[in-house]
Amino acid sequence: MDPVLLVASIMVSATPILLAALGEMVVEKSGVLNLGVEGMMITGAVMGFAIAVTSGSPLMGFAGAAVSGAVLSLAFGFLTQYLLSNQVATGLGLTLVGLGLSALIGSHYEGQRAPALGKLDMPLLSDIPMLGRMLLSHDIMVYVSLALVAAVWAFLKYTRAGLILRAVGEDHASAHALGYKVVRVRMAAIAFGGACAGMGGAYVSLVRVPQWTEGMTAGAGWIALAIVVFASWRAFGVLIGAYLFGGVTVIQLNLQAAGTTVPVELLSMSPYLITIIVLVIISARGVQGAPASLGRSFHASS
Amino acid sequence: MPDTLLSLRGLTKTYPGVVANDDVSFDIGKSEIHALLGENGAGKSTLVKMIFGLVKPDRGEMRLDGDLYSPGKPSEARKSGVAMVFQHFSLFNALDVAENVALGMESPPAMRDLARQIRAVSETYGLPLDPSRVVGTLSAGERQRVEIIRCLLQGPRLLIMDEPTSVLTPQEVGILFQTLNKLKSEGTSILYISHKLEEIRTLCDEATILRLGKNVGTCTPRDVTARQMAEMMVGSSFAAPEPKAGAKGEVLLRCDALSMPAPGAFGTPLREISVEVRGGEVLGIGGVAGNGQDELLMALSGERLAPKGTIWFKGRDVGRDGPSKRREAGLLSGPEERLGHAAAPNMSLTENAVLTGARRKRLVKNGFIDWTAAQAFADHVIARYDVRTPGADVTARSLSGGNLQKFVVGREIEQDPDVFVVNQPTWGVDAAAAAAIRQALLDLAARGAAIICISQDLDELMEISDRFGALNEGRLSPTRAVADLDIEKIGLMMGGAHDMEVVHADG
Repeated sequence: MDPVLLVASIMVSATPILLAALGEMVVEKSGVLNLGVEGMMITGAVMGFAIAVTSGSPLMGFAGAAVSGAVLSLAFGFLTQYLLSNQVATGLGLTLVGLGLSALIGSHYEGQRAPALGKLDMPLLSDIPMLGRMLLSHDIMVYVSLALVAAVWAFLKYTRAGLILRAVGEDHASAHALGYKVVRVRMAAIAFGGACAGMGGAYVSLVRVPQWTEGMTAGAGWIALAIVVFASWRAFGVLIGAYLFGGVTVIQLNLQAAGTTVPVELLSMSPYLITIIVLVIISARGVQGAPASLGRSFHASS
Repeated sequence: MPDTLLSLRGLTKTYPGVVANDDVSFDIGKSEIHALLGENGAGKSTLVKMIFGLVKPDRGEMRLDGDLYSPGKPSEARKSGVAMVFQHFSLFNALDVAENVALGMESPPAMRDLARQIRAVSETYGLPLDPSRVVGTLSAGERQRVEIIRCLLQGPRLLIMDEPTSVLTPQEVGILFQTLNKLKSEGTSILYISHKLEEIRTLCDEATILRLGKNVGTCTPRDVTARQMAEMMVGSSFAAPEPKAGAKGEVLLRCDALSMPAPGAFGTPLREISVEVRGGEVLGIGGVAGNGQDELLMALSGERLAPKGTIWFKGRDVGRDGPSKRREAGLLSGPEERLGHAAAPNMSLTENAVLTGARRKRLVKNGFIDWTAAQAFADHVIARYDVRTPGADVTARSLSGGNLQKFVVGREIEQDPDVFVVNQPTWGVDAAAAAAIRQALLDLAARGAAIICISQDLDELMEISDRFGALNEGRLSPTRAVADLDIEKIGLMMGGAHDMEVVHADG
């Protein structure tokens, strides 16, 4: 197996989960538990695919996927933040809605091929032997996702808005008492999470596969949720988790193709198993750091 | 008046069914520490919320330094120079001190400059605080400092303090008072809300007293007695509890060299505590907070099991019995922390009544809860102890501190304990309610029960106790009859000078 190709395909395989998990991390940092990641991902996948096929532009597809993910998540936000519905139940409902909606929209597009998202050809850099092809000749979304990790980290750590977001997630009553708009902050976080999940889904349908099949995200949204927890709500933890999962997925696929004696079922199981084990070990040593108001409804009573 | 900072005229706020504030008017002068006094539910909180922009008044106007002042939200109040330290701190445990301070400011400087400013202010006002510490690791006094520094950094003209000393040790109270006096000398006005009348007498220049939402008078605290102020608050003279000199019965509870390791990193170990208490007797245990009060209560209630042979109840070793067994036998307890320890915050009063009263009041039959009996029990406690609540079906969390305290103490007393151990029975409770709780304790003792009352309020202990002992680093001083003591000698016992003879020798 060519190590260059291996690393390159790991990056491609990890990107959808990275995007979705990063968005969900921001949502949870604001104190909201949105279990609808899978539903928003698959909606993003079908909308991104449809828009890219219609318009012929994959970037338009990603933009559309982000918008559709955000719109879907805002429905969740309206129900949970304004009507104070239960976040767990509403999130699960969102997943089911997303799965059904995507199947409905996607029935026209089955069997079509998405316009290819061009590799970013960086002069000189992409020509570096090994490294160039391994790390520096991907499509733009891979770099967008990596930049987003750094941006989210810096946002939460260094900016005032990030501090307010964390404060809202820690103790919404205190944040409200200090005059911060808890519900608005959370709605913004929810929309960001939805947009990220939508783009993650579109990356599956536009780059990784690239075509539309029903239910094609295949649980990636759930893995993204798990990664957020095991990453102890840290941006770089999410990066490690997503790449680990992506890496094991690619390796086990290669092993399957090579026809090893290990049963296929075990191999298919391995990405989930190994990711969870490694992240449990990481988080067992570090601080847990779950936002204290995670999943609690906020109602501004005086 | 040129020296008036904030003047309130005819402020009125009505909630469905309650007039929280009815035509309240008073002035706060510049460089003045102004006390706001009143029973629980007298409308102090609502009034303060209106000044801080959390609630809009229905009628009336406020003038700040002569200009019309009507803050629509806290940030507008802060911009006008009004800052507030809340009773329940609005702090974020997972964030550090500097981040918490930044959240309370309108336009905070960069984090590094902010840390420097925090250090500077904390040194100027004698409030030691490290800006990089995580707030979750701070003591109550240090948390309050975070809030105060957060306010001071914005150079307020008016600082509102909502019951600031209810969570502080006596030493911390001293530090706080120095800080407030320094602020006053620099021209800042302070609106000081408290139940503690003696504190107001030492600290405040003026006092406004609220009763049932109305301003019932302003006085100069130094010129009147605490009792006069209390009477204005309550509206009628309340009965100061009187100890009943009944015959003491036999020993009901005895600790025999009770030693226990500290329950956690922040706990205090108990060291060889030996004490006994007789029927009809009230044993007062004083001491500075954090010297083993909570640990002693947990050992006596059975929350933490004690070593064999160290706790004897009616001549039987109960050291290894859990709380339920001890309750069934008649050894009841009431912990200090009302929400989360004495009561489950999100459960109704009826459910909370079942939680401790199930066995002694027979509220459970064949494994099923008898809700009719439970409701009757809760209603009885509410009526008997004047708990102000819409009903027994509201959650414990929604009651004010004093009312919940009356409920949790009443709930235990109504179960007719033989021995009742209670920690801080009147913490954060207004004068009338405190007097009622103390009277209930004395009545219980008069019926032949033994009471161990742990408290940091020395006046309270002097008032109700027959004997007194002090906890110091987990050790209990020898107990002495209260009749032989004065507050000064008790202070020395609390400081660890166990041998009273030395005190006599010194003068």
